[in-house]
Amino acid sequence: MRDLISIRRNPVLLTVPAVLLLLVALGYPLAQVVLRSFTDPQPGLDNYIWFFSRPVNLTVFWRTFEVSAWVTLLCLILGYPYAWMMTAVGPRMRMLMILCVLVPFWVSGVVRTLAWVILLQDSGVINRVIMALGFEKLRLIRTQTGVIIGMTQVLLPFMIMPLYAVMRGIDLRLVQAAQSLGARPALSFLQIYLPLSLPGILGGAVIVFILGLGFYITPALLGGPRATMLSTLAQQQVLQQLNWGRGGAMGVILLVSTLLLLAVAARFTRRRYQIAGGSK
Amino acid sequence: MADKERGAAVDIRAVTKTYGTFTALDDVSLRIEPGQFMTFLGPSGSGKTTTLNVIAGFTDLTAGEIQIGERSVGNLPAHKRNVGVVFQHYALFPHMTVAANVAYPLKLRRVPQAERNRRVAETLEMVRLTDFAHRHPAELSGGQQQRVALARAMVFDPPLLLMDEPLGALDKKLREWLQLEIKRIHRELGTTFVYVTHDQEEALALSDRIAVFNKGRIEQVGSGRDLYDRPETLFVGRFIGESTVLRGPHELRGGETALRIGEDWVSHPGQPVGSGRQALLVRPEKISLLRPGAVTEDGLNTLPGLISEAIYLGSGVKYEVTLTDGSRAVARVPLTDEPFALGESVIVVWQKQDARLLPDDGSSEAAQSGEEQ
Repeated sequence: MRDLISIRRNPVLLTVPAVLLLLVALGYPLAQVVLRSFTDPQPGLDNYIWFFSRPVNLTVFWRTFEVSAWVTLLCLILGYPYAWMMTAVGPRMRMLMILCVLVPFWVSGVVRTLAWVILLQDSGVINRVIMALGFEKLRLIRTQTGVIIGMTQVLLPFMIMPLYAVMRGIDLRLVQAAQSLGARPALSFLQIYLPLSLPGILGGAVIVFILGLGFYITPALLGGPRATMLSTLAQQQVLQQLNWGRGGAMGVILLVSTLLLLAVAARFTRRRYQIAGGSK
Repeated sequence: MADKERGAAVDIRAVTKTYGTFTALDDVSLRIEPGQFMTFLGPSGSGKTTTLNVIAGFTDLTAGEIQIGERSVGNLPAHKRNVGVVFQHYALFPHMTVAANVAYPLKLRRVPQAERNRRVAETLEMVRLTDFAHRHPAELSGGQQQRVALARAMVFDPPLLLMDEPLGALDKKLREWLQLEIKRIHRELGTTFVYVTHDQEEALALSDRIAVFNKGRIEQVGSGRDLYDRPETLFVGRFIGESTVLRGPHELRGGETALRIGEDWVSHPGQPVGSGRQALLVRPEKISLLRPGAVTEDGLNTLPGLISEAIYLGSGVKYEVTLTDGSRAVARVPLTDEPFALGESVIVVWQKQDARLLPDDGSSEAAQSGEEQ
């Protein structure tokens, strides 16, 4: 009884379970990873020196960023018109479009990736169509292209939702106003709508890019050895070589580069666009 | 820079706009003279904003034609019409400064930098916002934002300026002051202004001519005085200014039309208008109130009633009188030594020729407040 009263006085107490969970399930392992990267098997920077001295590691490291960048770009190209459409249609159609974005979320990522395996494999639907049309068979599975295709599909909702959230707030009369002032439709989009939707673009891009950097299942299943990404490499070090230190170092390197990127993105977003949307 | 040649005439010919089965504009025709201040007045949903959007090019026509100056613009997209538009919610670009907002249409027209700066400064001075040039719209008050919107719409010297309830979101004091500013700017520019509002006082204060819209049609076009003194429909009479509307069965009595109100008869010189039911419209300043037993002369209409409301106006008193048939009469009378008390019996009196006999179009009380019934 007294506990309940103190919660009422101090609602911050309600966050205690979540904070404890984060500390135990995220904070402790993370601290262990960082610690081991500097101490396992012996104290020092050996693990980091190893990582940066092996060209194959650097290739994978670079590839991880390259794949994430491609996925982000593709998500933006696919997601931008979709999100815009969501603001333009009626409420029923909008519900349907939101559902189309969310349903894949309710299907496990493994299942979705396996579906892509079936579609992309050498004798899969896509290749059969291509061959039926008289073209040469494409290598899709176990390539970087396959990984990018699969990841784009899985991550697309993370681009669409922030875009939609920002676009919903953009006053379309601003575009009308620009046109009444003499702007061609294309110009009114480039000079008015696009800059106003920039917070959504940045938000979605940051989420997709960062999730992409740490993606594990999809690259592992669709990529194969020639398209390994950093997470797969770390997993191999830890589970196959039992080398916790090296795996930890990779984790730390990924984490630090992600944080750096976030810091840059935060600077960008905060600068001017506190007033996203329009003057209402 | 003021010369009356700057304004363009607008010719709206038989314009119809339908959305599915809904007719937003029904065969509307209107001519706006160069340099005129024309106001579209009407309740919401009456078609006034649709007409404005059709002129601006935001809405395409179902039928009819529109001409701005010498140009037929029916199929011209908005960005080629060279018409300034001021929106109700300002529609300023939030990611640009005030100066950049105003410079935007000049930039689109590739006006050289120096000339651009000069004109932006000049226009900002005209709306008295010179000191705010480098602020962002979010840092301005509503009234200031609307003046920026006005500056942006007129900086490129359009021959026609459209304003869609530009003062609708502002409070009364500010609205009245901005009305004066808009009037002054109209005089200085000589541009044709088309102004949309549902506020009849605003329409009367600003306009050379007013077009009264109702249900997708124009009921009447005229000066404020025309519309107040000589409304052609009951709707117009009720929408502009205050009025007493009397309805009842009518008959012809020796060149006069007589209407039965409760137990009494009132008459109006002239024939009934049309064949349907008739209504008599009397303006509040034409009505005087007498105490029962007072002597009245010929040529006057009299109706008994009870004072149901008295509103002190400073310059006089507005009385509402409930008549025997339940309808309400409104009278505005000068301050007297002996004001009427609530519930007091009075006689409502007016000169026969001071009323206006109109066909009863069934327009309700709500029309007066600018709300659709």
